[in-house]
Amino acid sequence: MKPKHLIVVGNGMAGMACVDQILQQKPNFRITVFSEEPYYNYNRILLSSVLAGEKSIEDIYINTEEWYKKNNITVHLGTKIIDIDALNKTVETDKGNAFSYDLLLLATGSNPFIPPIEGVRKKGVYVFRNMADTHGILEHCKSAKKAVVIGGGLLGLEAARGLLNQGQQVTVVHIMDRLMDVQLDTVGGQFLKREIEKLGIEVLLNKNTNRIMGEDSVEGVLFKDGSIVPADIVVIACGIRPNVELAKKADLKINRGIVVNDFLETSDPSIFAIGECVEHREKVYGLVAPLYEQGKVLAATITGNKGSIYEGSTLATKLKVMGIELFSAGDFKDGEPEKEVISYQDHAFGVYKKVVVHQERVIGTILIGDSSDANRFLEMIRKQDRVGDKRHRLLFDVPPAVPGSPTDVMSRPDTDTICGCIGVSKGQIVTAIRENALKTVSEVKACTKASSGCGTCACLVGDILKAVVGAEFQEEKKEVLCACVPFAKTKLRTMIQTQKLKTVQDILDIYGNSTGCSFCKPALSFLVDEVWMGEHKEDRSARYINDRVHANIQKDGTFSVIPRMKGGVTTPNELRKIADAAEKYNVKMVKVTGSQRIDLLGVKKEDLPKMWADLGMNSGHAYAKAVRMVKSCVGTDFCRYGTQNSIETGIKLETLLEGLYTPGKVKMGVVGCPRNCAEATVKDIGLVGIEGGWQVVIGGGAGKIVRAADILITVKTTEEALEAALLFFQYYRENGEYLERTYDFVVRVGLETIRRETVLASDEIKKGLLDRLAKAKSKAVDPWKTESEKNIHPLQFSELVLPKEAEALIGSL
Amino acid sequence: MESMQWVPVADRGSLPLREGKRVIYQNYEIALFNLGNEYLAIDNHCPHKQGPLADGIVSGKSVFCPLHNWKIDLKTGCALSGGEGQVKVYPVKVIQEKICVDFKNSKLCTPSTAPSAIPSAKETE
Repeated sequence: MKPKHLIVVGNGMAGMACVDQILQQKPNFRITVFSEEPYYNYNRILLSSVLAGEKSIEDIYINTEEWYKKNNITVHLGTKIIDIDALNKTVETDKGNAFSYDLLLLATGSNPFIPPIEGVRKKGVYVFRNMADTHGILEHCKSAKKAVVIGGGLLGLEAARGLLNQGQQVTVVHIMDRLMDVQLDTVGGQFLKREIEKLGIEVLLNKNTNRIMGEDSVEGVLFKDGSIVPADIVVIACGIRPNVELAKKADLKINRGIVVNDFLETSDPSIFAIGECVEHREKVYGLVAPLYEQGKVLAATITGNKGSIYEGSTLATKLKVMGIELFSAGDFKDGEPEKEVISYQDHAFGVYKKVVVHQERVIGTILIGDSSDANRFLEMIRKQDRVGDKRHRLLFDVPPAVPGSPTDVMSRPDTDTICGCIGVSKGQIVTAIRENALKTVSEVKACTKASSGCGTCACLVGDILKAVVGAEFQEEKKEVLCACVPFAKTKLRTMIQTQKLKTVQDILDIYGNSTGCSFCKPALSFLVDEVWMGEHKEDRSARYINDRVHANIQKDGTFSVIPRMKGGVTTPNELRKIADAAEKYNVKMVKVTGSQRIDLLGVKKEDLPKMWADLGMNSGHAYAKAVRMVKSCVGTDFCRYGTQNSIETGIKLETLLEGLYTPGKVKMGVVGCPRNCAEATVKDIGLVGIEGGWQVVIGGGAGKIVRAADILITVKTTEEALEAALLFFQYYRENGEYLERTYDFVVRVGLETIRRETVLASDEIKKGLLDRLAKAKSKAVDPWKTESEKNIHPLQFSELVLPKEAEALIGSL
Repeated sequence: MESMQWVPVADRGSLPLREGKRVIYQNYEIALFNLGNEYLAIDNHCPHKQGPLADGIVSGKSVFCPLHNWKIDLKTGCALSGGEGQVKVYPVKVIQEKICVDFKNSKLCTPSTAPSAIPSAKETE
């Protein structure tokens, strides 16, 4: 049988997502695609990331040339279809060629809406819709300083973010009284405005643009109220309108968009339509999730497997602008008496959560600042379940089931959507796991595409996998911190921040099993300390004994004391004090350590504070996950080979970081020449002096693992070297998993990523790291000094020794 | 069974919450824990390598030994993870605002009877 010829007009996300679905049905089709843009299929959503400089154009292609070839798809790039002859079933290109079709799929997308403003043809005025626009804006930014974005909706804010990253001073003007008025209520709009302004973007509301000013090129924007904002570049982002021009030529039924039924059929039986150009049940969609849902239905329809229907999509918007998370879905408007609003506002942290309940059911939500509950609410809106007794903790997540206990995801029906972005059901995931013997979440992700969108459903996917494969389940690397508190470290960090959790027990009570264990309690202690930098309530019971008494427990229950000796340099006076203390407290051994310090072994717990006071030296933190030491060689001061002053630099580095806690211990070394006498290249952070500069090396180790450090950067001055070390140090503090040494951290994260996010990052990011480090450092105290003067608890160092003849209260009291 | 001999050890409320304290009396060395709503006492020496259990991290009604992370049930004295073994448990009671321990009436339970073997060490107040 001769294959049917399917012509697809439009090479965007909707069209190709549908073609992808069609190919899965293996129909006897010949497929031809016409693309007005001269590019293969790319992810239009990510144009904002290209504008922001986060991604290159190559990064955002969805399908490459090979994909078209492999699937025998003929593609005409840079070719516009200008006419349809529906009677004879042919289309005509702008190059004058005609092609006949059996089936025609219109995926023409939408056009940017340009309001009636005078002067929009001037040089420097752009819309922000496609690759060419993005190129134009990027090019123009090189000679511009002041940008105005007209339109405070989703696209406008994305554009503003990109322009900001391109070094522009950005003003967003919006005609309505709040930003993103389609997706947000008044309070939400205010929250977003404040957050956007924090980024340095000016926001002007209730501004009706009248005219673009300037001769040939734009010079400013004039508003109806007479005010003017100067501008070198203007981006118009006032929304989109379905592109229906071509459909008109085929005499299809059109309202706002091309009208389609639940099978995505148009009024012509051979013509179908999908995506932003269609109107379904009087709704027009401008988001990506509906495209995938429509694509599936249409693929079935067009290949003769007509059956499933498209019932419309719940409108949900998820946006992240420079760290501001935002989510809205469903009907979130209040003001009507039968709707109930449950909300939470934290202005200091920029967190706003709102849920609208109608007749016991969640019908809409807005989340700003923390959208971790987005999927939960979206599922509630979709399923229309009664809220019932879940209501009292509706706004805050119920702790997920602890691994090992029955998880509720398996009790859900197979048809339930797990991944809302791509549209993957529970049943599909279970089938894929069984048929392909999948064992890890990333395998499931690769096979089903579930959780490859926003990724919030990864936990659910993991639960399904565990339930299906049981013991064969393989953990991803460090997916959650601990079974006691089953969240990833990054997520916990955010929760601690946004919800102002300041004690370990609070975190365990709210998000964990309330008991914790010997792993997660110290890990959470570190996290709380790292996030709050001293503003938290110290809970010593959650600390390992070493951190309760600032000494290292030995096999017999006594402790070892190692005073700080910066750079491995000491004085006769210090040595005298150490000798005196060693005798006074009967230490069992005095030992020179591998870290160029002196260890006093066998000290009783109750003697510790007295010994510290006698020593009058700082803690060496030899018992803690913290900055240990900086080992140094003698360097230029004495050595005949030295090229750099390693002692002075080592002491400086140790002084800068002393007293800070870290995910794993941090040992450092500074050497004056590449002979490496103080072994800097097997340290977590090392500075290696070379002629005329320093190599800064990271991720070395000579413990459980022996690993040569990688060169982070080579610099000329000592100041630059110290800064690079500090940048990496803070980056590791913030991103390392608890107990993860730098030699594992560097391998896991990747040297290139670390470079890009530390030494090669923007000045702003570097400053952020250094500022946070400086803040933590300013709060760091020497525990030996503070706690020998005043104990955390009166019994911190005591034992209860009762007199032999302690009175026994006999009997039945 | 001998009659109870309650020895006052510390004032109620004087022990740090969710921490253990080493208590030495005659030839006894025990670890006394403040769990907030109750006090529990066990021998201070871990069955593994005699690590000081009073210095461990408390997790619910159990403690992790600071030396090699064995987990010991504070109610029964049995090792829950790390290996097999058990330590003695001591009855604790608060009398006239004093935490009192009965050193003489300790129990050593066998793992098989562990969960129900120690009724007397349960309620303290």
